[in-house]
Amino acid sequence: MIVVLVEHSQGVFKKKSLEAVLYAAHIAKEMGTDITAVAMGNVPDSEMQTLGAYGAQKVLHTTDARLDNFNSKAYAKVVVAAAQKENAKVIIGLHDTTGKAVMPRVAARLQAGLVAGAVGYPDLSKGFTVKKNVFSGKAFAFVNVTSDTKVISLMPNTFPVVKGEGSATVEQMEAGLSDADFSVKVLEVSKASGSVPLSEAELVVSGGRGLKGPENWYVLEALAQELGAATACSRPVADAHWRPHGEHVGQTGGTIRPNLYIAVGISGAIQHLAGVNGSKTIVVINKDPEAPFFKAADYGVLGDAMEIVPKLTEAVKKFKAGQN
Amino acid sequence: MKILVCISQVPDTTAKIAFSDNNTTFNTQGVTFIINPYDEWYALVRALELKESGPATAVHLVTVGKADAEPVIRKALALGGDEAIRIDADSNDPYSIAANIADYAKAHNYDLVLCGKESIDYNNGSVGAMVAELLDMNFLGFASKIDVAGTTVTVKREIDGGEETDACELPLVISCQKGVAEARIPNMRGIMAARTKPLTVVAGAAVAAVSSITGYEMPPAKSGVKMISADNMDELVKLLHSEAKVI
Repeated sequence: MIVVLVEHSQGVFKKKSLEAVLYAAHIAKEMGTDITAVAMGNVPDSEMQTLGAYGAQKVLHTTDARLDNFNSKAYAKVVVAAAQKENAKVIIGLHDTTGKAVMPRVAARLQAGLVAGAVGYPDLSKGFTVKKNVFSGKAFAFVNVTSDTKVISLMPNTFPVVKGEGSATVEQMEAGLSDADFSVKVLEVSKASGSVPLSEAELVVSGGRGLKGPENWYVLEALAQELGAATACSRPVADAHWRPHGEHVGQTGGTIRPNLYIAVGISGAIQHLAGVNGSKTIVVINKDPEAPFFKAADYGVLGDAMEIVPKLTEAVKKFKAGQN
Repeated sequence: MKILVCISQVPDTTAKIAFSDNNTTFNTQGVTFIINPYDEWYALVRALELKESGPATAVHLVTVGKADAEPVIRKALALGGDEAIRIDADSNDPYSIAANIADYAKAHNYDLVLCGKESIDYNNGSVGAMVAELLDMNFLGFASKIDVAGTTVTVKREIDGGEETDACELPLVISCQKGVAEARIPNMRGIMAARTKPLTVVAGAAVAAVSSITGYEMPPAKSGVKMISADNMDELVKLLHSEAKVI
């Protein structure tokens, strides 16, 4: 059996979790086994049944109001309970802020090997070997898990999400949670509303020092809004407090792998490239023809950002109008 | 309050990444090793600040590795910290690293364990949470602010799609990222003092590795950039739609 942890936002499963279920389904097929998803907190039964369309046969649901706040200790306990109940050989979660806290705990509890940030399916002809990013995206490594139970956290936005047919059965699960599992007191939660979280954005518009100052960011924001993209920035920009540090991508910031990364006024230092070179398509807009980023780009535009970005925004607007 | 800071050595951020032995070994020739930036800039510096401002009584540094890890732990001692421990074991498998640290931490009663959010070489980001599980402690990941008052720790941290501020009683494990502290540069006094600070080597725990890296691969090279005229953004949009298929 394969157990997969699914995350939701206000009762609706996140797209990256559907991706994780599909990923598990692919592995289950190869291993000749089934999938059980693990959901926590307030999710309607109808939503849980839809996981069947992504390959899950069953959903174990632990309802406990205390699980509405993220807590790695309690979440890990629920996943371990599900894994033991289902006698799972493979346990899958996401390599996001939730999974990075939960999956290592699960692995440690079960003394299982962990592949953190998988970008490929396990190669069963070579034991249980899974490809992952290393050196902040500068290379890949193949990790062979030798324990009986295997734990994988999947890098979001690695595989396409395609809905199929089917409905999953839903079963309530008691995970034996106690007050001691909830000793972290949540004082304040602030969730970005409306905008796309950077880590799961398919399209990203990013700015560097070439934009000259925070007052010029409106051109990027207009483009991002037109595309439905998230905004990011380079390290010097975050260090100068032009943008919040959560937007910093690169070796010492976040690593992202969107479908489209548009880099505006970023020269492309090796540390920056490390955080973004998993992007499927890279567009570089820079006025310096020697900017190293052009070598890593698919498309390049030479010129001043303040002139080009508004033109690109207009072109996107025109294209979208033509689509409708 | 006794703090244990987990230190990992990693290749310099500008190091050329190459592999030898038929792509099975990371080629360390000509590579300079540094303290993992998240461990140094944030976890270690915040631990030192907490000692300077009062709440911490001791700051110990721990690394899991062979003797070649010692220069880097000495560099960390030059920034500060009372003593360092090297657990003499292989550092290839996150679970065995965590089991070694947890084993040591359990025997020495640390109140707070700090680490970076991930190491910039293997990018697992899993040791902190594993240590927490093995010690049955709470784990707060991706902290951007850490304050301690008495036995209560207040942590601002990243969660999926936002930020959260939590209060938690010691003992506790926290992984640190930008915002927790400002990077420091070691001074001459620190470098001199580091030479005589205790660096204890302890034997590794009896833990078997549960994973291993069997090979490496470089990402495929880009086929070359297609330059588009600044006056023809319609063309760029068309290519992004019909050729790259991303919009």
